[in-house]
Amino acid sequence: MNIGASRLELRSITKRYPGITANDCVSLTVMPGEIHAVLGENGAGKSTLMKIIYGAVEADSGEILWNGKPVAIPNPAAARRLGIGMVYQHFSLFESVSVAENIAVATSGKFDLPALSTRITELSERYGLPVDPARLLHHLSVGERQRVEIIRCLLQEPRLLILDEPTSVLTPQAVRRLFEVLRQLAAEGCSILYISHKLDEIRELCDSATILRGGRVVGTADPRESSAAELARLMVGAELQPVHREPVVREVKPRLEAIGLSARSDDPFGIDLGDLSLAVHGGEIFGIAGVSGNGQAELLSLLSGERTADADMVQLDMHPVGDLPVARRRARGLAFVPEERLGRGAVPGMTLEDNGLLTNQTGGLVRRGFIDRRQVFGFARKIIAQFDVRCTGPTALARSLSGGNLQKFIVGREVSLNPRVLIVAQPTWGVDVAASSFIRQTLIDLSRSGAAVLVISEELEELFEICDRIAVIYQGRLSPAKPRAETSVEEIGLLMAGVGPAFQRAA
Amino acid sequence: MRIVLEPRPVPLEPMRVGAPLIALALTIFVGSLLFIALGLNPLTTLRAYFIEPLSTSGGVSEWLLKASPLILIGLGLTVGFRANVWNIGAEGMFTMGAIAAGWLAVRFGGGGHAWLLPAMVVAGALGGIGWAAIPAFLKAKANANEILVTLMLNYVAALILSWLVNGPMKDPDGMNYPQSAPFEPSAMFPPLFEGLRINGSIFITAIAVVLAWLFLDRSFMGFQMSVGGAAPTAARYAGFSRSRAIWLGLLISGATAGLAGMMEAAGPLGQLTPVLSPGYGFTAIIVAFVGRLTPLGVVFGGLLLSLLYLGGESVQMSLNLPASLARTFQGMLLFFLLAADVLILYRVRIKRR
Repeated sequence: MNIGASRLELRSITKRYPGITANDCVSLTVMPGEIHAVLGENGAGKSTLMKIIYGAVEADSGEILWNGKPVAIPNPAAARRLGIGMVYQHFSLFESVSVAENIAVATSGKFDLPALSTRITELSERYGLPVDPARLLHHLSVGERQRVEIIRCLLQEPRLLILDEPTSVLTPQAVRRLFEVLRQLAAEGCSILYISHKLDEIRELCDSATILRGGRVVGTADPRESSAAELARLMVGAELQPVHREPVVREVKPRLEAIGLSARSDDPFGIDLGDLSLAVHGGEIFGIAGVSGNGQAELLSLLSGERTADADMVQLDMHPVGDLPVARRRARGLAFVPEERLGRGAVPGMTLEDNGLLTNQTGGLVRRGFIDRRQVFGFARKIIAQFDVRCTGPTALARSLSGGNLQKFIVGREVSLNPRVLIVAQPTWGVDVAASSFIRQTLIDLSRSGAAVLVISEELEELFEICDRIAVIYQGRLSPAKPRAETSVEEIGLLMAGVGPAFQRAA
Repeated sequence: MRIVLEPRPVPLEPMRVGAPLIALALTIFVGSLLFIALGLNPLTTLRAYFIEPLSTSGGVSEWLLKASPLILIGLGLTVGFRANVWNIGAEGMFTMGAIAAGWLAVRFGGGGHAWLLPAMVVAGALGGIGWAAIPAFLKAKANANEILVTLMLNYVAALILSWLVNGPMKDPDGMNYPQSAPFEPSAMFPPLFEGLRINGSIFITAIAVVLAWLFLDRSFMGFQMSVGGAAPTAARYAGFSRSRAIWLGLLISGATAGLAGMMEAAGPLGQLTPVLSPGYGFTAIIVAFVGRLTPLGVVFGGLLLSLLYLGGESVQMSLNLPASLARTFQGMLLFFLLAADVLILYRVRIKRR
């Protein structure tokens, strides 16, 4: 290795997809032992760039230099041989086998479980990543699963580790532990590429940052020297409007209630709900925090009607609806924005017109069982205009939209129903910064116009920005809701980890 | 160098018309190579395949007569297939429709009643619906796989027919042949033209095309079924009933298959025989997919499959080609058709490496 040479250098990487240039002449340099942030909104080209480095995608043009020498990385196996490891945002692990077996299937070489387990234990002690190689994966929390992914990479003794949005599934405390591990790795000379759109984390962790917007490098910065506002301006290309929030005026009667809601999960690795109660009133936004996989999916499907329970367990405007199907609850003024946009909130292969019709059949869209195409077109056009959905028009297919724009369309569709109760899951997951603040403002405005809004999110900043009261879901149980002003990120973070009197019985 | 398929951001609309033309061109090209390899003149053979069957009024009559049940069944299957309801039991529903109508024809045929034919139309549809209700009930209530249930019911229906024409419904004057008494004229569709077999039942198919278009493209219920097929989770999210989609998908395809069976019995056959259908119920599955699950597409698909069938017979007779060659040629066309459809959603790129 040349002394002083860069670990990785990208020169004018360009990658075009039909209709879009994902990376346009992107260059960046990572030194040995450097923690380098790649910052950008969704759709800025971060993921494509990382996939090019990891060999999962091939660049149309440009050069990759590894330790100063030009290399070709045709596939991930070649990347691993060079010493590049990647921890994906969504883990690729098998639920029903042990940690060691999960790691064994993904590593080349002899299938020798005892030897592998010894190495896993060594690594986990060395880096303070406690993982028991014999445990079955479905017993592990999301944070523990991420450790498995990281150890899997560390076994290859990487010289460059790529992490794609690693903290989106972690509690604040777990984030801190992850950062310690990453700093230790960097001190040992491993370079780290850290992909994120969370400015505070980048300022805390990274030595340097490359900012992408629309597939191009729009700047480099020293994140420790720059303010979050400066980084945000580079990332978004415009000043951000802070959300505007009027004081809450709660109705007396609750509009949406869960009363002693208990249910077994359909999924063998899902979470059972235990005696869960909540009440959301008109005029307020009620937030539920929690690490994913703690019963959010089960709670949402029971509230929306996709699953049913005892009639009294769910109430809309004090009417028991727990045993009613989706359509009957919607008729009572319930609207719902699910976490999965493509395939649940929208039909990927259908147009925006048809996706508008999916949950709205009022206003003359359907008459005597027949669809009025002109009205349907008009409704989609109205949502597109009103909610600033960037697309080619009402005839665009849902799957052709970016995540953020599709989310604006779905939120717009549900808000246009003038719901009495709106349930929203992960309102801004994977949505760019500008669209996020727009969606958050929309939710606030809807609640202030009198609707009851329930938001389930893993992003604490978001919940603290928009919610009037916040509760935490952990292992299928819900903590008592606290007014935002009377709680803190620290307290909610501890609750998310299951620490607190509310969850004593659960353990 | 390698060839990759890249998804298009939006479907290439002109390709919806272009793909079948590409497929046709490829079939003719590869088919010609095949014919040349067998020492045949490709032009003569293609002529015998595609032109000769339609060169007489009798040929055109046979073409439409075969296309009509294929289109009718294909329309019904399309409704189900759009909702991921995989009915492959149209053959059995066809048979049960023919049996129900045939029983009326034999029982009341002597009276010359004017109501008989309309009653047979209703009975045919009900026969198919009744047979389709079995898999619908099992699927909706017990989540029994409709593919297996409908497939097996085909054999049950065939055996019921066989028992009837060998037993209770056997023609007493039929010299012990296993067949029912021939239907009286009042129980038959009148021919449209003197000397040709094409009859009035073709209007039933024409009406069904319009109704299917209205249901699939204009009704909210049809929309709900399409959503259920394209994205089941989205259908559940929106509150569209899955069991209603199952019932509708199976009963509508049962009704059309039963009607087609009735039309065959009260048309070209004129009686019940141990084998009523030359595989219409299965061929209609291909018709539905060649027609891309659209009503108009099914019309073209039915006409095409019917022509392939006649063309295959024609080359066997006029050029003495083996039946297997005719079927190879049919298979080739279908293969290219489905393969060319990929071009609507994907584009082919050649990458150098």
